[in-house]
Amino acid sequence: MSDREVQLVQGNEQSMPVTQRRPPIVLVRNLTKVYHLGETSVPALRGVSLTVGAGEFVAIMGPSGSGKTTFMNLLGCLDRPTSGDYWLVGRKVSQMTPDELADIRNRRIGFVFQGFHLLARSTALQNVALPLMYAGLSRAEQERRARRALELVGLGSRLHHRPSQLSGGQQQRVAIARALVNNPALLLADEPTGNLDSRTSIEIMAILQALNARGLTIVLVTHEVDIAAYARRRILFRDGQIVSDEPVTATRSAQEELLQFYQANPASSDGYRALPAEKER
Amino acid sequence: MSGPVERERQTTASTELLAQQARGRSSTQAPRSQTPPVERGKQLQRRREVHRGSLLVANFASAFESLWANRLRSLLTTLGVVIGVAAVIAAMTLTQGASVLIQARLSVLGTNTLLIVPGAATSSGAFSSLGSQQSLTQGDADALASIPHVVQVSPVLSLGAQVIYGSQNWNTRIQGVYPGYQQIQGWEIASGRWLNAHDELAGLPVAVLGQVVANSLFGPSGTNPVGQTIRIGTQMFRVVGVLQPKGSFGAFTQDDVVFVPFTAAVIRLKNTGYVDQIQVLVDKAEHVDAVQRAVDATLLKRHRISAGSPADFQIRNANQLLQTAQQATQTLTLLLVGIAGISLTVGGIGIMNIMLVSVTERTREIGIRMAVGARRRDIRNQFLIEALTLSSLGGILGIILGLLVGWLMTTNFGVPFVPQPLSILLAFGVSALVGVTFGFYPAVRAARLDPIIALRTE
Repeated sequence: MSDREVQLVQGNEQSMPVTQRRPPIVLVRNLTKVYHLGETSVPALRGVSLTVGAGEFVAIMGPSGSGKTTFMNLLGCLDRPTSGDYWLVGRKVSQMTPDELADIRNRRIGFVFQGFHLLARSTALQNVALPLMYAGLSRAEQERRARRALELVGLGSRLHHRPSQLSGGQQQRVAIARALVNNPALLLADEPTGNLDSRTSIEIMAILQALNARGLTIVLVTHEVDIAAYARRRILFRDGQIVSDEPVTATRSAQEELLQFYQANPASSDGYRALPAEKER
Repeated sequence: MSGPVERERQTTASTELLAQQARGRSSTQAPRSQTPPVERGKQLQRRREVHRGSLLVANFASAFESLWANRLRSLLTTLGVVIGVAAVIAAMTLTQGASVLIQARLSVLGTNTLLIVPGAATSSGAFSSLGSQQSLTQGDADALASIPHVVQVSPVLSLGAQVIYGSQNWNTRIQGVYPGYQQIQGWEIASGRWLNAHDELAGLPVAVLGQVVANSLFGPSGTNPVGQTIRIGTQMFRVVGVLQPKGSFGAFTQDDVVFVPFTAAVIRLKNTGYVDQIQVLVDKAEHVDAVQRAVDATLLKRHRISAGSPADFQIRNANQLLQTAQQATQTLTLLLVGIAGISLTVGGIGIMNIMLVSVTERTREIGIRMAVGARRRDIRNQFLIEALTLSSLGGILGIILGLLVGWLMTTNFGVPFVPQPLSILLAFGVSALVGVTFGFYPAVRAARLDPIIALRTE
């Protein structure tokens, strides 16, 4: 870390509006993002402020063009805001260089995408170990932790399968294992169930809920009201601004729904191994 | 945690495992967040550097994997480098072999020998009009014999002629020489004898045959050549000896020759007052330069050439000839390097092209890698290593192919096969350099991709 950066971090600590002793996971103030398309400027975000505390499960909703994807990219440190500030677990990340952002993504953020985004030629284990490789861990340590993460999502018996040999739900579980493997502070899920059938979607949500129950902070982007109902807080975007931010009154439990489903159909339980609480055959 | 006995229990209640991990996380995270950010940054940096090696190994592994996945394309891409390197290695092997051959031939001449040929030296020192002018005489040769440290002197009169014995005939080179020539050139007798002073004085029609001539004329009938009469041109000569073979270098053999007394050659074969060359043997290597100066002075005086005017003869010693030969080899080598440069550039452009295609094809993969924390330089290195691997493999293939072709050619031409470790190493180094040079632009392009756009690409 350069001296300049050290000063920057120290400066941030002072200027950050800290109220609690432990900083929130996400602290966003007046975030804007303007895209320049030739002559015209398209404002995608018009001043968004948001605080997400540790252990929250937030669903971000909104129609397409509402700015929720842009916001997600900023939260994920994949992009930098035009103006405004963003602190991730107390570190100001809104002004970081691309390489510093890469470090933050590597250490602090786990991504789950709609299209799974696994490396096609790599095995499940290699895919999950990828963030650890860039973190500079030894190979033995990479494999140990990747194996554990895969066991956690119920894929302990599929370590050496390639994505093409796995079902959609299994691929998404590999992606979740990859997102978890570096013990991130924040898990970002961008339409994680978009490519899955409804039962597999419930399985994935069950895993996310289980992870959240153990303290992991999750921000989920979805346009499906049903899926957002598994979260505990729902934020609605429109025209680049937050128009509503309220707790989910009747949070659905994916676990219970699945149990009910399998009690009704005991024969079709192949996808059920996804669940953390199930028995591996 | 993962003992086989515990596995059952662990998986029956994976919730338990989740809980354990959550506890593990909160217990490690709490003290970590209290660490000053500066310290944490340093830790972060240090952790990155510790196992850079594993990333490098992973990069090579993934490079091989990706090249193997497109093996036909990789092979075709690297063909430019393969051919370039192969051509150079093959040609290099051939020139090296030829150079070794020339050196061997010249060393036969001996370092103590001076060669005087008619004709003016050109500025470049090339044998431009070698032997085409007539300026040296037998008298010149005899005059040189009185110079101190000169052991032997012999004029040489050369002509091509048909040699006939019985029904056999053979086109060969006839050389009229003094008896001392045997010592100058180090010829050994296989049977019979060499020319003697009496033969020379009387200009007797006697001949000593080289091994090739002896075999050609007498091989079919199996007669002993010594004592037989052969016809050279229109003249009858008696064979008095056969020479030991000196060996051949490829198509050119030194043993395809007939020696006759100088006087006999002048009287019976080539009626001329001039000689084709004069050879001088000096007693010791350290006297060669002094003798050369004395020869020069003597001949200038005899030819009445004033100082400053161009001489009508040239004096060469084995070292000079060696240098000339080396110059020729160097020129050839330079030409080869030029050809190699062109073909490697073309090969490099091929690599650049395919790497650009590869970057485009794998845009999403790059996006994924960036999303999970690959820095720009990690992406750049990955593609650089892939280009490097591609061109190095091409280099290795080229070296193997080049050595094979070189071996076949040298064997065919009868030139010694002398692979040069240095040029092989150099060829490998250059092909690796080509990969890095031409892989740089695609790699930088990959590293500069915007992760968001890269992730969106299908």
